[in-house]
Amino acid sequence: MSSLVDKSQDSSGNRLEIAHFAVAISAFGLGAVMAVMQALSRADIDVVFRSPKVYYLSMTAHGVLMALVFTTFFIMGFGLFVARTTVGGVASERWAWAGFWVALGGTLITTLAILSGTSTVLYTFYPPLMAHPAFYIGAALLVIGSWIWGGVMIASWRRWKRSNSSPLPLAMHGMVAAVIIWFLATSGLAMEVLGQLIPWSLGWVDTIDPVLARTFFWWFGHPLTYFWLLPAYVLWYAVLPEIVGGRLFSDRLARAVFVMFILFSTPVGFHHQFTDPGISSIWKLVHTVTTYAILFPSMVTAFTVIASLEVGGRLRGGTGVFGWIKKLPWRDPFFLSVALAMLSFTVGGFGGAINAAYAMNAMVHNTFWIPAHFHVTVGTAVTLTFMGASYWLLPRVTGRELALPRVAFAQPLLWFVGMMMFSISGHITGLMGQPRRVYSSDYFGSEAAEAWRWLTLMSASGGVVLFVSSLCFIAVLGTTFFCGSKVGMVPTRFARSLEPLPETAGGFDRLGLWTAIAVILIVLAYAYPIWQLLTLERFGSPGFSPF
Amino acid sequence: MSNAQSTSPVSRTMRVDVYERWWLWIASSLILGFLAIIVASSVLHAVHPPSHVETIDPATARTESEFASPGVFPQPDGSTLVVMVAAMFTFDPETVVVPVGEPVRFRITSPDVIHGFQIAGTNANVTVIPGYVSEFEVTFPRAGEYLVLCNEFCGLSHHMMQGRFIARSAREEDP
Repeated sequence: MSSLVDKSQDSSGNRLEIAHFAVAISAFGLGAVMAVMQALSRADIDVVFRSPKVYYLSMTAHGVLMALVFTTFFIMGFGLFVARTTVGGVASERWAWAGFWVALGGTLITTLAILSGTSTVLYTFYPPLMAHPAFYIGAALLVIGSWIWGGVMIASWRRWKRSNSSPLPLAMHGMVAAVIIWFLATSGLAMEVLGQLIPWSLGWVDTIDPVLARTFFWWFGHPLTYFWLLPAYVLWYAVLPEIVGGRLFSDRLARAVFVMFILFSTPVGFHHQFTDPGISSIWKLVHTVTTYAILFPSMVTAFTVIASLEVGGRLRGGTGVFGWIKKLPWRDPFFLSVALAMLSFTVGGFGGAINAAYAMNAMVHNTFWIPAHFHVTVGTAVTLTFMGASYWLLPRVTGRELALPRVAFAQPLLWFVGMMMFSISGHITGLMGQPRRVYSSDYFGSEAAEAWRWLTLMSASGGVVLFVSSLCFIAVLGTTFFCGSKVGMVPTRFARSLEPLPETAGGFDRLGLWTAIAVILIVLAYAYPIWQLLTLERFGSPGFSPF
Repeated sequence: MSNAQSTSPVSRTMRVDVYERWWLWIASSLILGFLAIIVASSVLHAVHPPSHVETIDPATARTESEFASPGVFPQPDGSTLVVMVAAMFTFDPETVVVPVGEPVRFRITSPDVIHGFQIAGTNANVTVIPGYVSEFEVTFPRAGEYLVLCNEFCGLSHHMMQGRFIARSAREEDP
């Protein structure tokens, strides 16, 4: 054990984590500037540099920087932190650095391609919109860098397992599950980017099949959301109960939840393609069933996490049916962030069930309902958890005390209020038919556009509040990092479970076995419909770059 | 360190709390209930998302197929066939007038990039993909004029791509 403790204070490990977080936060800052411009432009408020070219370019940058760069780098950094604090460090720091530099190089290439104006294809990059080859190559390098990280995470877990027969520490269990989901997800992306987009954008092939590309993209695109979500769940399960002075209500169910995500997160992609031609309705229905299955682990999570909080509230002296809620540490920015993130996720969960509802989806597909939905899920449930986690992590990776505590307290409140303004109005205008991804939504003063006008202004105001919150976030992190008082490394403690853990690992720790079953499910869900698609007489598309 | 817990000498079978057990049943019943409604409505009432499987060469669609002369075609049984091209940055035909309460079958394709065809505020919503024909049927129970818009990014004038959809009762005169 003592060697583990020493390793957990290893400063080179910290540097690795800090490097990842620095890239994540920089991407977030740039993405936030883009976001506020877009929120105002949609409501037809003229801001500097406003033009369709800048709008759609910045929307591409916002999506890539937030959804792909901020999340991936934060999760990579957090994964390395979990490996350092639970299984005695990463198996190879050299390889972890290699992953970091490859991913950073890819990020820079893609970002430059976007900013040059040659790659305004949005973060879904549906062909036959064609970006500069550098856009796809950079994105591929970002993913390859994350694969190296994933390999390091798996190797760290296997190394620990060789000398331990006890259950894998829960935080690492969840992070390894996230890594597995990432490999399953990016296998689809690799087929699209390496097999279709790069050869096509370089001119090696003349045409591309957009439906096949979209199928590969959503093979990746939905499990991607669980790659974002699982690290947040790790924080909810394995850190939050410790913060509130409670206990994890059920360790076994937490492991079961992570395993269910491995099984069901990937064979669901057609629920993003409900309105697509070329895919038969029966396969869309099959994916609807698996999509609803993936709702189950989140519902279990809602119970377990809230029960864990109740244990904490009661241990802090709370009584009565709801009295324990008052006793929770609401002044703690990490707790406050996660509590608001969870509240936001209940809205997102219900919205998600509607999106997945097969035929009802036609009411919301590609309307502003969709960005409103994913801003309360990835944009709040995940992002606000990561923000709160940053306040918890920073003293543990830098040895500095959190600076500007009042700002750190206000920041999650602002984020929550801003996001509710943005998203509730966005859900409503989506139902009214307002599309997503438009520079202006006035449609030459049409009646429908008049009806959603004031709600769009409300959503724009939410965007401004969110931008203020983003500035607060960066101010707290920057001040802590550069000027925070040095108090030495704060020890990292993860939550204990209510029931003692068994001495030996159980079935839910057999992640290799569960991964094998997940691969079978993916083959069942995708092999036949892709074969059907390939046997059609298909006509490819040349590339278009209307930007 | 979380490892400390694993060294606990106590080893007994973990149980699932009774309330948690209840919640697991409630959650799974809820999900099965949702699915039962979806599957029943798709099997019994044929409620499906637009899922037509038909391919077409996007290079020649506008010259050598039915999409060479798009338009609104009233059918003998009172229904309407709409053959439409969604291209950067227009819908052709731009205005569609149909009788209220009668089925309208849309056939749409794109000669360039992906577009979205949506009649704002309704569930007439389909993705239009080059190389494929999107087909779906809707019935408008109420008369009215609707905004038609493109809901998939298709280039710098994407937000300008729009049309009109008018459902009116048979008695009304042509404008």
